[in-house]
Amino acid sequence: MSISEKAETVLEVRGLHAGYGRIPILNGVDFTVNAGDVVGILGHNGMGKTTLMRTLMGYIPATAGTIRFSGDDITWLPTYQRARRGIGYVPQGREIFPQLTVVDNLRMGALRATRGRVEEILTDFPQLKPMLDRAGGALSGGEQQLLAIARSLCSEPRTVLFDEPTEGIQPSIIEQIATLLLSLNRTRGLTIVVAEQNLDFIAGLASRVLIIQKGVIVRQLTPSQLQGIDILDEFVGMARLQ
Amino acid sequence: MRFQSTFGMALMGGAGAFLIFALPRLVEPFVLVDLTVYATLAMLTMSLAFVWGYCGILSFGQSVFFGIGGYVYAVGVLNIGDSTLPIALAIALAMAFAAMLAYFMFWGRISDVYLAVITLTVSLIFFLVINSTSGGEYKIGIVSLGGYNGIPGLPPLNLPGNPDRAFDFKEMYVLTVAVALASYFLLCWTLTTRFGRVIVAIRENEVRTALLGYDPRRYKLAAYVVGAGFAGLSGALYAATGGLINPDVFDFAFAAQIIVSVIIGGLGTLAGPILAVVGVQWLVAWLGKTKITDANIILGAIFVAFVLFAPAGAIPTLRKLAASWQARRRARRSKSAEGIR
Amino acid sequence: MSALLETRVLTRRFGGVNAVDHIDFTLEQGELRCLIGPNGAGKSTFFKMLCGLLRPSGGDIILRGEKITGAEPHEIARRGVGIKTQVPSLFDGMTVRQSIELSALRRQTNRTARKSAMRLMESLTLDKLDNSVVGSLAHGQRQWVELAMVLATDPELVLLDEPTAGMAKDEVERMAGLIREINRDHTLIIVEHDMNFIRMIARKVTVFNRGSILAEGHIESILANQKVRDVYLGKGRDRA
Repeated sequence: MSISEKAETVLEVRGLHAGYGRIPILNGVDFTVNAGDVVGILGHNGMGKTTLMRTLMGYIPATAGTIRFSGDDITWLPTYQRARRGIGYVPQGREIFPQLTVVDNLRMGALRATRGRVEEILTDFPQLKPMLDRAGGALSGGEQQLLAIARSLCSEPRTVLFDEPTEGIQPSIIEQIATLLLSLNRTRGLTIVVAEQNLDFIAGLASRVLIIQKGVIVRQLTPSQLQGIDILDEFVGMARLQ
Repeated sequence: MRFQSTFGMALMGGAGAFLIFALPRLVEPFVLVDLTVYATLAMLTMSLAFVWGYCGILSFGQSVFFGIGGYVYAVGVLNIGDSTLPIALAIALAMAFAAMLAYFMFWGRISDVYLAVITLTVSLIFFLVINSTSGGEYKIGIVSLGGYNGIPGLPPLNLPGNPDRAFDFKEMYVLTVAVALASYFLLCWTLTTRFGRVIVAIRENEVRTALLGYDPRRYKLAAYVVGAGFAGLSGALYAATGGLINPDVFDFAFAAQIIVSVIIGGLGTLAGPILAVVGVQWLVAWLGKTKITDANIILGAIFVAFVLFAPAGAIPTLRKLAASWQARRRARRSKSAEGIR
Repeated sequence: MSALLETRVLTRRFGGVNAVDHIDFTLEQGELRCLIGPNGAGKSTFFKMLCGLLRPSGGDIILRGEKITGAEPHEIARRGVGIKTQVPSLFDGMTVRQSIELSALRRQTNRTARKSAMRLMESLTLDKLDNSVVGSLAHGQRQWVELAMVLATDPELVLLDEPTAGMAKDEVERMAGLIREINRDHTLIIVEHDMNFIRMIARKVTVFNRGSILAEGHIESILANQKVRDVYLGKGRDRA
């Protein structure tokens, strides 16, 4: 990318409020994601990581604020229309189709994609190859998580939101996923927003890390800052102040 | 999650006091008879609300115990001549049948929709069998089962031990309403006991409850039998009030009326279904009298309307509306306090 | 010391595949054992058989010298086995307090159950959430609630399937401290993927792979084991 090319804003979130019934969780979230960014979101449980993801995807209605995707206001669009615009989502908790086979799960993801997409994905996820005809529900937890990630990539998204993708996955495969996502980001410009607790995973992947606390982005860090002992203490200290 | 609602209990207590002490002075005796029937249906509906709404057992055929209670009372009172033992037998036999059914269903790991279908089928089997008992050969003791005509000429309840001192309309009314009210408070109390809390937990997550060391099969059987006991008692009182029992209590339309009442009233409350069944029964009776249209069509329409617009049922939806109205009032008040228009 | 738990050629088949393949496993009283291994190695399947959620296809499970193979989950729970499942299994409609009280209620009266629940909520710092409805809690918070529910039944053997999933670093440290404390008078088996966490608590580690035990030993020897590195650990920086 030459210096004269302006970074294209893919995702712009301004003053986002959302919650469950009368309980507010997001209290004015502001952040921007540019094309080709890998943005990590760190935060304790209950601070709003998952709620933010679900609101961005449209599962939870925003009560105030705007979400812009490639310049278009998607704040009030239903989920499937946001997906059609090229946003992929891997929710926390696997959520694959247990009654469908592994290959059918992938095909569901590839419904609107180019032909041969499933075969392409399987070269990136060889662990799934011996299980193609097994029912999704018969897979182990970690295998289901792998399938969920593979399926989201089947739809050829331009941007993917991940909510704790490495949960339940063994260390060697976490490495492979990190390598895969990095290469997808570098060679195909896949924009990634990932909420995670695994600091090693984030540090190796993210260009920027946002810290969310009580429904607001309180800090922005670079990965090198993340490695520093003092920032972890500060992060831990913030937790103890709650 | 509320195990019992103080609002519901206060409502029932107040309504009960009014019904028992004030109403009899205000209306004609025949109205009291109607209300007595309503009270028995309220008890039956309450038993389904308990078994289904709180225990998660889809006993769509709950009315079968109502019918068993009614028939056992009929056969008993005409054979014995005194009403006390027949009432006890009605409750006991309903519970015994429920225990047997529950054993096969819960130890056989039948659940959810299959339970609904099986219990409903059992009720229909009773309907078919009893219907085909016309003709004098089908007798228990001196009582003909009577087929589709049923067993008429049932005496009302009498003072225990004194068969000649029968209860009059007003006394039957007060007794039945009091029993219905007592059943309501008894079920409310049950839900606060350890048994009640485990039952609700089983409905929430049966696996987790078992992993905590509670045997779900035993608890479900107990809950089912308790519900059947109340249903059997209400059936016996129904027969004693109307002086008649016939196989209609086993048919699908009657079962559906009770199911729909629980859904309209609100699954997960005890008071809601009671109000709903009174409303439904009144509507069915009124439509029957004025012959405007088939009651079942209206019932079906009301049911669909509720599923579309208030799927949680009347009482829970009203609660939610009240809560959001309160929240809006609070928000408006705080805004005006800040001087924002 | 006689073994608290023993499995003999324990097997579980799923449509032609032995998810757990003739496993001989021994656990002494008071141990804190970690179970690691690749996804699909059979760890959770093994756990589910131990607590009765799955029936073994073959072999036996012996608890305190008595066979419990194929027993019902509530029977095994009553013998002093508690499990925190991989996907938290909770009462979403109840509050945190109600859930924990109900768990304690099986072995206690209403009053003492309430006290035990309060004590547990304090030690697991759930007291601020005590009237929160469980279904509204975040994933990591639900893990703590399930742990409290399991501890409320005071089981002799505690099985934890991925207890730190979804937890931030400081919570993981807190969990490690708590587990060491629980280990003082309970026996534990813990399935985990977080190697930093395992380092904080582990003594003996068993490695599963493809339904069998690949290796067993002290954490440091396991981390250095080449076979284990190949199938599971990868080439990460802080493995050694």
